[in-house]
Order: sequence, then structure tokens, then C-alpha cells
Amino acid sequence: MANLQSDFVGIKSPNPFWLASAPPTDKEYNVRRAFEAGWGGVVWKTLGLDPHVVNVNGPRYGAIYGADRRLLGLNNIELITDRPLQTNLDEIKLVKRDYPDRAMVVSLMVPCEEDPWKMILPLVEETGADGVELNFGCPHGMSERGMGAAVGQVPEYIEMVTRWAKANTRMPVIVKLTPNITDIRKPAAAAMAGGADAVSLINTINSITSVNLDLFAPEPTIDGKGAHGGYCGPAVKPIALNMVAEIARDFELAAIPISGIGGVTTWRDAAEFMALGAGNVQVCTAAMTYGFKIVQEMISGLSEYMDDKDMTSTSQLVRKAVPNVTDWKYLNLNYVSKAKINQDLCISCGRCYAACEDTSHQAISMSSDRIFDVIDGECVACNLCVNVCPVEDCITMEAISPGVVDPRTGKVVERDYANWTTHPNNPVATAAE
Amino acid sequence: MTEFHLSPGVTAGRLGAEAYAENFSDLHPALDSHEALVAADRCYFCHDAPCITACPTDIDIPLFIRQIATGTPDSAAKTILSQNILGGMCARVCPTETLCEEACVREVSEGKPVLIGQLQRFATDHLQAQEAHPFQRSASTGKTVAVVGAGPAGLSCAHRLAMLGHDVTVFDARSKLGGLNEFGIAAYKTPAGFAQAEVDWLLQIGGIEIEQEKILGIDINLAALNAKFNAVFLAMGLNGVNDLNINGDDKSGVISAVDFIADLRQIDDLSAMPIGRNVVVIGGGMTAVDAAIQSKLLGALNVTLAYRRGRKQMNASKFEQDLAASKGVHIMTNLVPVAINGNGSVREIQFEYVDADMNGTGQMVQLPADQVFSAIGQTLDCSDLPALEQGKISVTGAGKTSIDGVWAGGDCATGGDDLTVTAVAEGRDAAMDIHAHLIR
Repeated sequence: MANLQSDFVGIKSPNPFWLASAPPTDKEYNVRRAFEAGWGGVVWKTLGLDPHVVNVNGPRYGAIYGADRRLLGLNNIELITDRPLQTNLDEIKLVKRDYPDRAMVVSLMVPCEEDPWKMILPLVEETGADGVELNFGCPHGMSERGMGAAVGQVPEYIEMVTRWAKANTRMPVIVKLTPNITDIRKPAAAAMAGGADAVSLINTINSITSVNLDLFAPEPTIDGKGAHGGYCGPAVKPIALNMVAEIARDFELAAIPISGIGGVTTWRDAAEFMALGAGNVQVCTAAMTYGFKIVQEMISGLSEYMDDKDMTSTSQLVRKAVPNVTDWKYLNLNYVSKAKINQDLCISCGRCYAACEDTSHQAISMSSDRIFDVIDGECVACNLCVNVCPVEDCITMEAISPGVVDPRTGKVVERDYANWTTHPNNPVATAAE
Repeated sequence: MTEFHLSPGVTAGRLGAEAYAENFSDLHPALDSHEALVAADRCYFCHDAPCITACPTDIDIPLFIRQIATGTPDSAAKTILSQNILGGMCARVCPTETLCEEACVREVSEGKPVLIGQLQRFATDHLQAQEAHPFQRSASTGKTVAVVGAGPAGLSCAHRLAMLGHDVTVFDARSKLGGLNEFGIAAYKTPAGFAQAEVDWLLQIGGIEIEQEKILGIDINLAALNAKFNAVFLAMGLNGVNDLNINGDDKSGVISAVDFIADLRQIDDLSAMPIGRNVVVIGGGMTAVDAAIQSKLLGALNVTLAYRRGRKQMNASKFEQDLAASKGVHIMTNLVPVAINGNGSVREIQFEYVDADMNGTGQMVQLPADQVFSAIGQTLDCSDLPALEQGKISVTGAGKTSIDGVWAGGDCATGGDDLTVTAVAEGRDAAMDIHAHLIR
């Protein structure tokens, strides 16, 4: 079985699966349960200054569902910890004492002045915690008070506060980024400039999960009104993966370690984040949906996968896919493929036909006895049929070998790589050498 | 097992009250709303879906399932009922395993179809639980149509014609409307008075007059109807049954399965329904299976269903055969009855084994029997009819008979399987044809 031991900016944990700063890590009772279940580490729910914040007394979460009420996306309007600072510090110390091998990182959010940071960081250090995470991401409530995402959306603030934190503690400082920006590389660069040891992303996305069509109010609804919350869960994973990759493949930012967050639900999600550059992952919604036990599947799954790939350390997986993330303009325009329907697997539902005929390229034929076939002369290999087919691997994209004529264009498929930068239709193309 | 199971002869009250209630409760309990959502989520919304093609009434099944999935079951019901006004009953009695659900791509690929029948029931029950009728009658055309028979075909035709603004008079031979829905379908498929409730709901369209206990050829005649009304639709069903025509078939205890099922449907107290300790049902269709299963459910100790051909040739679907077997019915095949023995009442029935070509083998078997239910086919037993073909009213197109102004559909007419859903389709299509004829 592969060794899942993780070392993230010097913080060691028996596996790369941490619980993110969120309700599951709000107090000693929960965190002890998490460690008993096998989680490698936790980021304790964000501490703030006393007097502690208060939460709403109505619903804090909204959700969207797939089939059979499978939770696909969760939105929350909960704030940072609503317990006294000292209570949290005492509990952190007790838990770390009893679980010295687990990662104990403490999330922090105090006002944008140096004094509060100077005050709180030594208190955290005193608990024996392994590191701190600066919460520059919380998009609701706290941002209205100039904290959370309000900081994360201004790179200068990120750099400034990170610098204060680094100046006032010996602990590793992880900066948690908000996705509610246009270019994730800017806040990441600011964190790096401020001396951050790592960034973690993504925090939650501004969202309204649904509208109550009887009350005409957003969900979750508090006494007839709703406020936007932070979106998370499986639905946000693609957004998170892209943001992680954007940082990982940036020449300037490539050196900064990343803790991947956003919809990690299974070992496979975790492996994908790591392949795109995350040194470890943080999980919240999956645990909130299914309980802490899911970590056992994540541990066994990642081990099995790494064994299959002859990987002995998670560091061999981290960044493995980064070199293959590129810009559109560098994609090979001489690569030609066609959809192919496996008639043995086809169940004749006709969804590929409806999708292609109504919304795409009329490249699938339908016979009177419901045989569906690809018309190679029309197929542009858009992949929509593959995506809408309910049967896995029934429709595949098959590459056309170089030298063969593409029946759609009538041109021979070229062997050599050629991209947009040299394409004759590109007004700013540079002549191919 | 109670001691009454073992009581010899034909006797009522073989079971306790709880057993009767359990045995005759819904075969498929209604889906609750979450179950319906889960079931609806399995539908792939196929293009030009095979389930629609397989439905004799062409219900847009993917559309109504999507309407359920999106929380609008009444819209789903309207999708169903606009094609099949008896969609509630069809949801209960259709052999979906040989129609829509057999064609479902998930049946083909996984052996587990989308639960189309149960979803249809979920939607139609939801709408019919409300007071309002979903369809509105068009302005009166002043045209009149006589419909003979208030079974599925007649009711379907009457509703469609009334909706289109024609004045309809329905003549029915019996004291209750519904035809086989009321008298012929197994009790556990339509418990709690659903058939009558559905008829009442259907008649809310208005414009339909009812004349009960009017038998064609006795109380009313076709020529007079054709003269008085602008059009006539014949949907009497099959009122006769084939006789066994063997020695001893006149003995007490030898009963038509159709009559047994009708009596069972009409009885208020199941514990008053007499049943033999040993029951033999002869036949291989749905009527035979329904009689056999219900005999078992009434507490008969031994129920044998004897069929002259093999299992594959039985008209009852595999689902029905398996259901019978699961209830403890013993299915015997390749048997032809030759004599019924007994002293006044039936005591035993003798069969001869036959080969695949129905030739006798000379090998005999005797089964003890307190009751013998024959279910070897029904016939159209009526004079005063348009031209017949193989014992049924010959029709062309959407139910046109040999007489101008007279249409026919359902079991009494040629064409189509003898299914509730087929009858509904024929009634509806004849109505549209009659409508086209009347507004010319």
C-alpha cells in the first residue's frame, strides 16, 4: 500500500486529506471525531476577535440536488466561529496534545490592522498548532465588515496582511484565496509577495442556490429575506481545478505550494487536484454530506491508485498533469478525431441524435430501427454526443491517423503539430519556420 | 394456515379478516412523491422514444415523466389524459411489461425499466384527487351520438365526443358503468372503488347521458339508434363465453371464470365469497390467471391453472405467470380437459396430455376439484349487428363498420389486442373519425 504521508510546507500529516476550515472543525468534539475517523489534519474553523460574532437563527444552508436528492452544491451563510476566542484556543491545545501526528492549522480572520494580528498569532502559537491559514475568502457577512473576501479581492491588502502575519509568527502561513475575482493569479502573487508559505483555494463562490417561488425570496430564506452565500460542493470542483491549475502553471507562481479545495468528494477528486498542482487537499462539503467516514474511501482509493501507478509518495503525483495544461492557442489543430458509437453498447435512447441534430452539426444518422451512426463527413468531434450519452464508453472519440483523409474537410490529416499561432487565418500569425 | 383452509368443498370465510385485506390490497402500492422523483430521474428522455411507440394510446411518456421530475404532476397527468382518458386505470392494469416498459431502453440495457406504469399512476392519482376535471367541453355542435357499452372503449369515445361538443348518450347493459374495468379486472389491481370513481370523474366533462340496463338487440336496436342519432359507436365487449363442451360440464361448481371474477369484484365482504378447497382453472390468458390468483387469495388450498399449450404460448404475460406462481398457483401445461366427474357437483376433472401439435397422447391425469373455472375465450353473443369477421364486428380504418354512421371498437370489434389500453385507443380514434364525419 502506497505511503500517503504528507509534508505540506513542513506540516506533516499521515495523509493529504485535511478538513477545511468550516463547521466540521468548529470545536473539539467534532475534530476529535474527525481524527478518530482518520483525517490527516484539520484547519480549525476561523477564529476572530472577541466579542465573538453571532450567526443567524434561521437556516444557514441551501442546496441543489441531482437525482435521488444527491447533494451537488451547498451554499452557506454561516460566519466564522461564534464561540469565545479562549474557548477555541483551549480546545485546539487539547486536541493537538492528544493527536500530535495530525496537522492542526488554525484559520484566522481579524481586522485589517497590524495590532490584532500581533495579538492573536502568539495566542495560536501557544496552542502548539502547526500553522495558520489567513481567511481572505469568506464571501458573506464578514466581507461586509471589511474582512474575508473584502481583503482577498484586493491584492495589496493580501500582501500587507500576509506580511504582518509572517512578521508576527514562526508558524507557516497559508493564505486562503477567494474565487470571487477575475484572475486568481493576482491574489496568489500578492500572497507570495507578502511571504506566504502557501496558498489554499478556493474559498466559496458568491451564490444564490434557488428562489422560493411562493415567497419570492432567495434560499436559504430568513424571515422572508435571503442574502447571498458561499457555494461549495461537487458543483464547484471544475472552477476550483482551473484556478489551482492557473497558479500551478504560472511561471512566477509555480514555486508556491497549493492546498487544493473545492468539491473534493472522493479520492479521485483529490488525485485530480494533486495532479494539477495541489500538495494536499481540504474537504468540507463531502464530510458535511456523508460524515467523516468518507476519508477511509479516500485513503484506500488514493493508495490503490498510487500502487497501480507505481507511485510510492504523494509528491510523485503532485503537479503530474501541470505540463499538459496549456493555452487554447497551443492546441494541435492538426489533431482530428471522430465520434464512434459502439453498437454493442448502444441502448438506442437517441440522445446523441437529438443533441447533434437539434443543437450541433447533424452528424449522427438515425435509421427506422433506431440504429444511430456517426456521419464522419459532418462530425467536428465536438464531444457533445459523448457527454450526453448515458452509457459510459459507448461513444468514444477516435483519432484519425496522419495521412488519412478527413471526410469532413477532404484534407489529409497532417502528421505535424500546428497551432493557431501559425494558422493562416490568424491575422497575427507568425510564419512557421 | 387456518383450519378453514382445509375445509372440504366450496365454502366462504376460509381466511381471517386481515388476510383478506392484505391479499386484496394494491398489487403495486402507490409511489410516494420522493419515490416518484427517484423513478422519474431514471428516464433518459429518449429521442422519439420507443416507449411512446409501444403505447397503444401514444402517450408522450418522456414528457410526462419530465413533468413529474420537475414537480408538476398535474401537467404530467394532462399529458397522459389528453391521449388516454382512462390513464388512471391503464396505469393499474396495463401489461406494461409487454408494452412501454418492455420497450424502455433501460429494460433493454439493464433489465430494469423506468417504472412508467407506476409513474403514470402517480400523476393521474394526483390530478384525480382534486375536484376539477382538467378538460373543457367545446360549444355544443347539436350533433348526437349513441355509444353502446360503457367499458373502456365506449367511455373513451364518449368523453372525446362530448369534449368536442357533441351530445352523447351511453347505453349500457349492466347496472354499473365501467365494463370490464368494473367487472373484469382483478380486484387487487383496482381496489378501493377506483373504477367507479374514475367513471364519475370522466363524466364530469358533461354532455354525456347515461341509459343503464339497456341491452342491444333486446331493449334497443341498431337501426333505431342509427335513425335517431347522427352516429353510433358500438363497444359492447364480449358478452358470451366459450363452453368446455366435455362430459360433466353441467355439474355444479363448473363456472365461467368471467362470472367468478365479476362476482368477486361486486361482493362487499370478501369473507362471504365461497371458494373451493381445490380449484382448477382452465385457460392460459389474463382471465385464467386472474381467476387462479384470486382463488388462491380467497384461501383455496390448491389452485391449478391448466393450459392446453406450453408456457410460451400463454396469452398471459410472463409477469402474470410469475405472479401466479408466486401466489402459489400451480401451472400445468399441455393438458386438455376430457371429462368432469362428480355426483351432482364436480369432484374431479380429467385431462389428457397433448403434444405440441395438440394431438392426444393417451396419457391421462385426474385432479381433484371442488370448482372448475373455464376461461377459454369469450364471444360476441348478439344479433342485430353490422357485418362480422371471425365472430367480431368487422371494422376498417378508425372503427368504421359495414353500416353507414356506425362505428365499433374495443373487444367486440376486429383489430388490436383485447387490452383496456387498446380499447381506449380505439374509442378515442373512432371519436375523432366520427367528429370529422359530423362536422363535414
